[in-house]
Amino acid sequence: MALDQAFVGRTYPANEPYLVSAEKIREFADAIGDDNPAYRSVDAARALGHRDVVAPPTFVIVVTSAATAQVTSDPALGLDYSRVVHGEQSFTYERPVLAGDRLVAVATVEKIRSAAGNDLLTVSCAVSTADGEPVATARSVIVARGTAKD
Amino acid sequence: MTATVSFESVQVGTELPAQSFSLQRVNLVRYAGASGDFNVIHWNERVATSVGLPNVIAHGMLTMAEAGRVLTDWVGDPAAVVEYGVRFTRVVAVPDDDTGALLEVTGTVTELLDGRRVRVELSAAAAGDKVLGQARAVVQLA
Repeated sequence: MALDQAFVGRTYPANEPYLVSAEKIREFADAIGDDNPAYRSVDAARALGHRDVVAPPTFVIVVTSAATAQVTSDPALGLDYSRVVHGEQSFTYERPVLAGDRLVAVATVEKIRSAAGNDLLTVSCAVSTADGEPVATARSVIVARGTAKD
Repeated sequence: MTATVSFESVQVGTELPAQSFSLQRVNLVRYAGASGDFNVIHWNERVATSVGLPNVIAHGMLTMAEAGRVLTDWVGDPAAVVEYGVRFTRVVAVPDDDTGALLEVTGTVTELLDGRRVRVELSAAAAGDKVLGQARAVVQLA
């Protein structure tokens, strides 16, 4: 069944702040095989003008995944998670994520549509520090394969 | 923010150094742990094939992260990437062998923007298939 358009514009409450640690950034950089010193060394990051080690651009997904999951697992929305694939992802950055950041992500349902029998859900996550400084916006298109025609 | 590439040194058509990335099962396991994405289709072949996938597939976000290295390795400071977006157009199947999948990534400057920024279009292929669509970034140059 097609998803309910009434969810468009709905904003979900922020989760507890995510505390970004240097160890988590290094673990993520190791996992993607990226040896950029700015991900590991405070001195290297400071030489680039940052106060602490920098996270890789796509690290933002680690911070937003819980917020996005609030939407995709909302029983009222009724997305069939077993058929879900990631369709699109984009990020815009006000500044990089840095070790020591306390970040909150607020998810909003931006768009719901059906195409070729699939349900497509666009969720935008605004990431800011717990003090309200904007950091990044992550926009995800979630595709539920074959669910729109049921 | 300290990009190592100057705006004057590029033009439309400038190519970023191409890179290829080997994705094996171990890389998917590590990415699952580091990212928190434990979806079984990224590590369990039995489940992956039962839902119609050719094999265990790489996380789309891992493919996006690797493709993004062509941007960050080029410009030096990861913070110089101010926008980055992709469409996941095809899955990257990762067989349980010693080679896995090879992701080949190229990047080209497609537009000069205000504020010493450029738009870059990335192309990412695995086994000859394009796996990312509309893979675009805006990069702040020096």
